[in-house]
Amino acid sequence: MTTATTAQGRPEAPARRSATMAQALNQALRDALAADPAVHVMGEDVGTLGGVFRVTDGLAKDFGEDRCTDTPLAEAGILGAAVGMAMYGLRPVVEMQFDAFAYPAFEQLVSHVARMRNRTRGALPLPITVRIPYGGGIGGVEHHSDSSEAYYAHTPGLHVLTPATVEDAYGMLRAAIASDDPVIFLEPKRLYWSKADWSPQEPAAVPPIGRAVVRRTGRTATLVTYGPSLPVCLEAAEAAREEGWDLGVVDLRSLVPFDEETAAAAVRATGRAVVVHESAGFAGMGAEIAARLTERCFHHLEAPVLRVTGFDIPYPPPMLERHHLPGVDRILDAVGRLQWED
Amino acid sequence: MTVLDTPAWRPRADAAPLLPDQEPYRLLGTPAAAELDPGLLRALYGQLVRGRRYNRQATALTKQGRLAVYPSSTGQEACEIAAALALGPRDWLFPSYRDTLAVVARGVDPVEALTLLRGDWHTGYDPRVHRVAPLSTPLSTQLPHAVGLAHAARLSGDAVAALAMVGDGGTSEGDFHEALNFAAVWHAPVVFLVQNNGFAISVPLAKQTAAPTFAHKAVGYGMPGRLVDGNDAPAVHRVLTDAMNRARDGGGPTLVEAVTYRIDAHTNADDATRYRDDDEVAAWRAHDPIELLEREMTARGLLDDDGRQRAADEAETLAADLRERMHADPALDPMELFAHVYAEQTPQLREQAAQLRAELAAEAEADRAQVAEPRS
Repeated sequence: MTTATTAQGRPEAPARRSATMAQALNQALRDALAADPAVHVMGEDVGTLGGVFRVTDGLAKDFGEDRCTDTPLAEAGILGAAVGMAMYGLRPVVEMQFDAFAYPAFEQLVSHVARMRNRTRGALPLPITVRIPYGGGIGGVEHHSDSSEAYYAHTPGLHVLTPATVEDAYGMLRAAIASDDPVIFLEPKRLYWSKADWSPQEPAAVPPIGRAVVRRTGRTATLVTYGPSLPVCLEAAEAAREEGWDLGVVDLRSLVPFDEETAAAAVRATGRAVVVHESAGFAGMGAEIAARLTERCFHHLEAPVLRVTGFDIPYPPPMLERHHLPGVDRILDAVGRLQWED
Repeated sequence: MTVLDTPAWRPRADAAPLLPDQEPYRLLGTPAAAELDPGLLRALYGQLVRGRRYNRQATALTKQGRLAVYPSSTGQEACEIAAALALGPRDWLFPSYRDTLAVVARGVDPVEALTLLRGDWHTGYDPRVHRVAPLSTPLSTQLPHAVGLAHAARLSGDAVAALAMVGDGGTSEGDFHEALNFAAVWHAPVVFLVQNNGFAISVPLAKQTAAPTFAHKAVGYGMPGRLVDGNDAPAVHRVLTDAMNRARDGGGPTLVEAVTYRIDAHTNADDATRYRDDDEVAAWRAHDPIELLEREMTARGLLDDDGRQRAADEAETLAADLRERMHADPALDPMELFAHVYAEQTPQLREQAAQLRAELAAEAEADRAQVAEPRS
């Protein structure tokens, strides 16, 4: 393949096109498979069907069933086999079909995937990427809408990433697959069909694993969020202008490692913060984030760091889920409680 | 005529060739034993004697506080040693926590094999050197690893097979089922060795399974099941060697059940008299793997008193070396706790490492001060 160059001799940027997050993820897998013969995609229905969300569409056809494999329906077996494959030098990319279907693999994850490097003093790092479609908002019946990030983030040895934009979906998945550590890659289901004008070559320059990004700077309060709640927070920030609030929004992108520097700097700039996520609040990521922000920013804070999260209930049936998910109003209510002085 | 009468549905395999024999396969005490290679018998015998002595020494080390715990494989030495000797140089072994003997027989340093049980780290050896996975504590969870590694080897076009070891209790775990199913579907070059030693800690076989034998479980997955006398070292070696050769040659996985007995308690911390009769133990002592082998070798003129003494002396040398090296305190570096969590430490881990470093420095300072000003 030749690369067109401009009159100045620089490579011409490939044409930007409209793409969904699912398509960007597909492109990332495709490019990773092409770049490294050690990369193997595996999971339930990832082959002929192309995955229930079509993220692996066409990969088995183009790279063969040995590189994109329909496995038996057994999550512990899938992840356990991926451990052995990684021990032999391969770079497995595992798909767990839905968040709640990943739980059978939990023992393999916490007892082996997260610990093998440590157990063997670095002799056996496990470069495994576990892709998990997560979160609600798509009208899924029970067991199809969980947000399980806190379980994974609580397990030392795992990286936990969650993209919220089309660009990040591509760039962060490439980085996850290239990482020599195991990565839990949480894909926000309800953003699979979000679109952006995008070209696959550009996102190679997305910030690295472990870096948060300020999506919007603000002066009066800072929303700290990730994954499926980012668009909600950006919408809330837009709506807040009517109230006279200028809200900043931080997209964490990476829950482990957690970029305290970027988040704390954004919170210090406003002195007020609300952490937003859709998983249950009790003992959740928000508790950890709020505690760390409080420890680091205490003398800059005008008000306690608040959390807006899903309720501490089993994920609701689809006809009731809108009451559970943090929305613009609930976020703005919290902002209103940040001890404003009239 | 329904669709079930057409080729649209038919059994995927003929079950009959997959079925195990009704009786455990034996060589010792049979006419076939006369054909056994003297070199193999001598190798097995020497290793069995060393293995038994190793178990005794390791158990003694628990009493001296040098090991946190030791799950002995006394009575099961034939399985342990035959498993290690059935491996080719490029094959991999996936042991459970009771399989230290197999790990040592594979070539891992006898002290490094005990690191987990001494407690100075979780694994003492580099698994890549002898192709031995870490001793697995969570039951059966190492079996899917063996399948994945074997599958990867096959995808890479390498003639490499994996041997995965598990006990009778471990067969009840879900990972046992998933591993065997994946292995059969993927036609992976892997051999599963179930050491049926009669007990899962205290729980006897009858409360563990209603299967005719563990070897019969193979049929449901579409792989052959083999049943072998687990105290007949040449028989275990033959069955495992055949299965590994078959795996390496593209023949797919095999499930082997070795019928044996755990002569010692579950670990040094267990009291086996609470759940089993002395009579039962005595019956199995009369079917001892070392004695069975000695009888055969003596009858064939391959072992005399000098040979026995030589094997005992070698075992004593191993035990003395183990004793001496295990009585030295292991070198501990607390800062290493942070060294292998990730390829690159997270900012949070860097902070925590700094905290521990400061605590260690303060401890060292306090120790120095105490030396400088001893209390009168």
